[in-house]
Amino acid sequence: MPRLSRDETTPVRFTLNGAPVSGRAEPRRLLSDFLRNECGATGTHVGCEHGVCGACTIRIGGTMARSCLTLAVQAEGATIETVEGLAPQPGRLSVLQEAFRRHHALQCGFCTAGILMSLDTLFLDEPDAGEVRIRDVLGGHLCRCTGYEPIVQAAIDAQSRLRSGNTDV
Amino acid sequence: MDLGVAAGSGRHTGTSRLRVEDAALLCGSGKFIDDLAEPVNLAHAAILRSSEPHALIRSVNVGRARELPGVHAIITGEDVRNLSSPLVVGVKLPMECWPIAIDRVRYFGEPVAIVVACNRYVAEDALDLIEIDYEPLPAVVTPQAALDQANPPLHDAVGSNLVNERRFSYGDPDAAFAAAARRIAISVAYPRNAVTPIETYGVVARYDPHEASYDVTANFQGPFSIHAVLSRALKVPGNRLRLRTPPDSGGSFGVKQGVFPSIVLIALAARVASRPVKWIEDRLEHLTASVSATNRLVTLEAAVEADGRMTALSWDQVEDVGAYLRAPEPATLYRMHGNMTGAYAIPNVAIRNRVVVTNKTPTGLNRGFGGPQVYFALERLTAKIATELGLDPIAVIRRNLIPANAFPYRTATGALYDSGDYAGALDAALRDGRYAQLLTRRDAMRAQGRLYGIGHAAVVEPSVSNMGYVSTVMTPAERMKAGPKNGAQATATVALDPLGSVSVHVASVPQGQGHRTVLGQVVADVLGIRPDDVQVVTDLDTARDAWSIASGNYSSRFAPAVSGTAKLAAERIRDKLAAIAAAQLNVTVEDVNFADGKVSASGNPDNAIPFGRLAAASHWAPATIGDDAAQALRETVYWTPPQLSAPDAQDGVNSSLCHGFIFDFCGVEIERETGRVVIDRYVTMHDCGTILHPGMVDGQVRGGFANAIGAAFYEEYAYGADGALLAGTFADYLVPTVAEVPAPDILHFETASPFTPLGAKGVGEGNCMSTPVALANAVSDALGVGVERLPMTPSMIRALCSEAEPARPASVTPPASAPEPATGGRGLTGSGDARFPATRQELWDTLLDPDTLARIIPGCHSVARVSDTHFRADVTLGVGPVKGRYTVDVELSDLVEPASATLSGTARGALGSGSGHGHVRLEETGEGTRLSYDYEARVGGKVAAVGGRLLDGAARMVIGQFFKALGRHASKASGSSSMPGWLAWLFGGAR
Amino acid sequence: MKPAPFDYVRAESLDEVLDVLAAEQGEARILAGGQSLLPMLSMRLARPRVVIDVGRIRGLDAVETAKDGLVATAGLRQATLLAHPGLERTHPLLAAALPWVGHVQTRARGTICGSVAHADPSAELPLCLVALGGSVRLISKRGRRRVEARDFFTGLMSTGRREDEMIEAVSFPEAKRETGYAFREFGRRHGDFAIASVAAVVTTKTIEISVGGVDDVPARRAWPRLEGSALDDALNALAWELDARDDIHADQRLRRDLVRSLGRIAITEASQCLV
Repeated sequence: MPRLSRDETTPVRFTLNGAPVSGRAEPRRLLSDFLRNECGATGTHVGCEHGVCGACTIRIGGTMARSCLTLAVQAEGATIETVEGLAPQPGRLSVLQEAFRRHHALQCGFCTAGILMSLDTLFLDEPDAGEVRIRDVLGGHLCRCTGYEPIVQAAIDAQSRLRSGNTDV
Repeated sequence: MDLGVAAGSGRHTGTSRLRVEDAALLCGSGKFIDDLAEPVNLAHAAILRSSEPHALIRSVNVGRARELPGVHAIITGEDVRNLSSPLVVGVKLPMECWPIAIDRVRYFGEPVAIVVACNRYVAEDALDLIEIDYEPLPAVVTPQAALDQANPPLHDAVGSNLVNERRFSYGDPDAAFAAAARRIAISVAYPRNAVTPIETYGVVARYDPHEASYDVTANFQGPFSIHAVLSRALKVPGNRLRLRTPPDSGGSFGVKQGVFPSIVLIALAARVASRPVKWIEDRLEHLTASVSATNRLVTLEAAVEADGRMTALSWDQVEDVGAYLRAPEPATLYRMHGNMTGAYAIPNVAIRNRVVVTNKTPTGLNRGFGGPQVYFALERLTAKIATELGLDPIAVIRRNLIPANAFPYRTATGALYDSGDYAGALDAALRDGRYAQLLTRRDAMRAQGRLYGIGHAAVVEPSVSNMGYVSTVMTPAERMKAGPKNGAQATATVALDPLGSVSVHVASVPQGQGHRTVLGQVVADVLGIRPDDVQVVTDLDTARDAWSIASGNYSSRFAPAVSGTAKLAAERIRDKLAAIAAAQLNVTVEDVNFADGKVSASGNPDNAIPFGRLAAASHWAPATIGDDAAQALRETVYWTPPQLSAPDAQDGVNSSLCHGFIFDFCGVEIERETGRVVIDRYVTMHDCGTILHPGMVDGQVRGGFANAIGAAFYEEYAYGADGALLAGTFADYLVPTVAEVPAPDILHFETASPFTPLGAKGVGEGNCMSTPVALANAVSDALGVGVERLPMTPSMIRALCSEAEPARPASVTPPASAPEPATGGRGLTGSGDARFPATRQELWDTLLDPDTLARIIPGCHSVARVSDTHFRADVTLGVGPVKGRYTVDVELSDLVEPASATLSGTARGALGSGSGHGHVRLEETGEGTRLSYDYEARVGGKVAAVGGRLLDGAARMVIGQFFKALGRHASKASGSSSMPGWLAWLFGGAR
Repeated sequence: MKPAPFDYVRAESLDEVLDVLAAEQGEARILAGGQSLLPMLSMRLARPRVVIDVGRIRGLDAVETAKDGLVATAGLRQATLLAHPGLERTHPLLAAALPWVGHVQTRARGTICGSVAHADPSAELPLCLVALGGSVRLISKRGRRRVEARDFFTGLMSTGRREDEMIEAVSFPEAKRETGYAFREFGRRHGDFAIASVAAVVTTKTIEISVGGVDDVPARRAWPRLEGSALDDALNALAWELDARDDIHADQRLRRDLVRSLGRIAITEASQCLV
């Protein structure tokens, strides 16, 4: 049973967007801070640090998670995916990302990373999720710019393209 | 010379081009302030904030904090006073406004000390070790209390909490009121709220001692008049404060103007710590101490004819700016000064404006900026006039609208409305928004016994603020002495590089609105190239870029002012290129055409030069450019509209350049059982002049609408009666989610502004002005009772329903020994009693026995007797996982042995502080002694702000625990007891 | 807004957890889903000496069926239970209430037992546990014990769990035959804590009503099948008996109103499930 002392850092290793990463963290280090400062993955944003705004939402072991409500040491050995891993290749956007652009579903883009991770996870888990379910998932995110409706429309559009296999944009 | 593309009708401008900003943001490669590369020796700051709303600072002890490994420096008010000057105060007053408390705190959350450490975690550890000794003062919380001269002033040198008063008269309001058929008045209160962006404030600062200069990057949004405020505060010339903004900012909505006091603090911290310092505000700091809209009390009266025509308005506004009248306040109060008659032709206006200070966070810019406060009164009054006179509210609005043929229209208070056809827009909204159907629906719903109402609002949305409008707060004589302030400089630079590609820079500091996309369209249209061939930079560096005091992202100035200025700069480049091209193409300048990436002779497309080659010419071959032409390399245009003159001798002020029009209507249903309001339909009609990008305009409308839903129903920085903030987390400050925000029907009507280069007006703030009051009018219509304040919470709606509550059954008695929490605050009061099998004297004696107390007080480590009537206890108290250690001091007075005593005391700990007083009475009964108590306590600090849900219940629980322990103790040994309430209330109020 | 320092134990077995709990005497906190604990840590409202991560213990995230109903073990996530096959049939009340617990994202990590341990007076799961007559299984080095839900919640965020104990599992009895269940909640926004929530369990002869969000702990009452004004009177008495909280989100009056109105709606809905 490892007991990690409050004052000491310990190695933390996990898979981030398909590649192994490692760093050191003391027990209290939040995963959101670890991703941003140790891994340099600054696409995950921190908006409230108490789990309400949803900006820091990532995928841990295939499920949605608030990275601000997770300790870095908890992520040891985990498979983590963040917004940086969504695009199929540099310079291209995923179907969901394209739909966001087409529908003006972002303005400042600060909350967007978390919203994309939630929706991307939803469409992986439940390809046939209806609008009610989409709204339910979006309910875990705060956005101040868009008034939400363009986000809902982008999600519905992306989902229908994903389902029909029509990923042309 | 009129070449190329006409204003607003270009191939690209006016279309919804995909945003160039989006790809990076969608991939997580945006460049927000906390994403930028960091210097290797960067340190991190955390700010200790006042746990008291109002107190003198007796001492600040940073000794233990300084010793913590990893701490580089600690900065206190004393350091700030030594190294800087106070921030500018909005009007001439003997008020010192420092960005940190010096010897007195005046609001909960006010900075008291700054720790600079190796990382934020350690910096926060050090905050816990700083000891502040406060002497609490009574808090002045409401504007009503501030007007009461019996309350002590926040600023002794000012002598009053009423810090500014001005009266204005335009036309002949007295005569109009005297002649009026009716006088109809309304009194309303607008709450404190803010469109809290999801990204908080951030500052990175460094100081160069060799040049005595500061280099600061902050997600500041402008206005850059604040740069002058900062330079003065830091005591450096403007050229020794290099202020930069990051390429991306996570929303602002006015709020990020309020980062500026923190810029001073972090700049000084970098100087003291001798290294670069970063501070990223956390959400708790943001909600408690960033900035909010002003809360305002308004009494508005209209002189009204029988047909609903308003002939005069009389405004009485009391503006609460919080603890300091900090620049740019009282701008919220004066931003609308030219528009106090809204969309209506009302020739006579009287205004009384009072500004008060209270023990709350200082206010600042916020989306709508003054508009929500003004229109909540004006449009509630318009609705009330219709109700009182038995008229159709649409008819009252229509009767008062400024006629289309009156533009440009000078309002009574001095604004020059640029363009509009308000009646035309109204009619189009009613028609295209299917208003008749809504009326039918209301009838049908009401026939079913349901609570359904319709509301409206007609609003004029000002944009492009006159930099001189705030000076309306001064008398004409004072203005004369101070010198005129006016105008609104916008800047844009268009540059050509050696490969002939086009770069644009503006000082608009976007906060997510997509400025780069629109500027690409505007400039491409002028130069006949593709928007993708134009590269736009919008982050600002005051050391390198063109800027002026009006620069920044506020007063919806991008579309009307900045994009128009970019067009002018592009035209200047184009005209120079045309002169060069004319020689090469052998045509006159008038015959040079810019289109499709080519510069050609009109009528002869084969006689053409690729745009890139022409654009590169001044770099590669300047000598070949003939004498008739100038070099075309880089053009910077400063543009200020001539209409924005200084306030005149009669206090008339054209406070803004552009005036858009909005007409909203909506239908709401109220759930009778819960008080929830369901928005059934919402229609919003906008005339924002020429539309440059339809997708972004709708985005602005939708965003403002969502913010307004928050203001109408959910959001309030609520304060308790004692000055404690009650909404310090996102669990208590309620930002609407997708479930609360319906999609409005958006309609457009375009009347181009004759005052702006592209005909565009601002559009970003209108719904924050129109929507809260339209919804309030709908709720008022549904209930048949006027709404007078916001937000419309379920409790408020239920109260307006005025249903008698089923009585408390006689069989149910209220819990006797539990304190009843005070309404609406973190102030706690309570009373109770308990019986003990002991005599009065026995109880009395143990009251003064520290050892017994130490055994029975929950979580008590020790009780020390400081004197015969003064105890000091060391206790750990908590609810569930929330635990803290406290030092509790209690003093006894009015001792009537063994019958009664008065207690007063304080508790201090890392999680907060408490103070209060209480009374204890002992009475003999047949079986022993009855002890009764009552108390009043107040709680400050973190728990008060973030743990509101914990607080009241916790007081009850701690008292309960105490009684159990006391009962056990008393049953073991008759004659041992203490004072149940007296410590318990302190502890209860002190977790 | 960063946590104060703490030690961290990544437990690999229950025994390890119990050893640490016993040794730390109330200064240890169990980290399962972390959805309640982490905000408390980051706000420094909670400052435990040690945090025990139980996320690596095998077999702790099971849904078991036992004679006392559905057993949710310590690591079982809320989302997992919500997706449990047949939940609507075996536990219609849980199926109705779970979607009200936080948001999709917090349910993906948050655990059933964690919510019960946290004992927020507005939380849905403690209410359901009380309404269904469930129980809490506590384990320590000294052994196991079972506490009835109605005895477990002792006050605001306070429970009968002793300092050396952890919640090993909670049990939700299965739906009974000829019994109707209904859940109603009123909050300010999507996903907010309840201002008031009501669970009704109705048979042809009895009404059981439980109320959350109003008093410090979920309150449960059992009545005969009252109708009409007698039911109104009983609900009104209940509304007044509870020590309704008064805060910025709702005053005492609204909470009493909601006990009366949601109570009647829930009872009616549960009654309709009977037929």
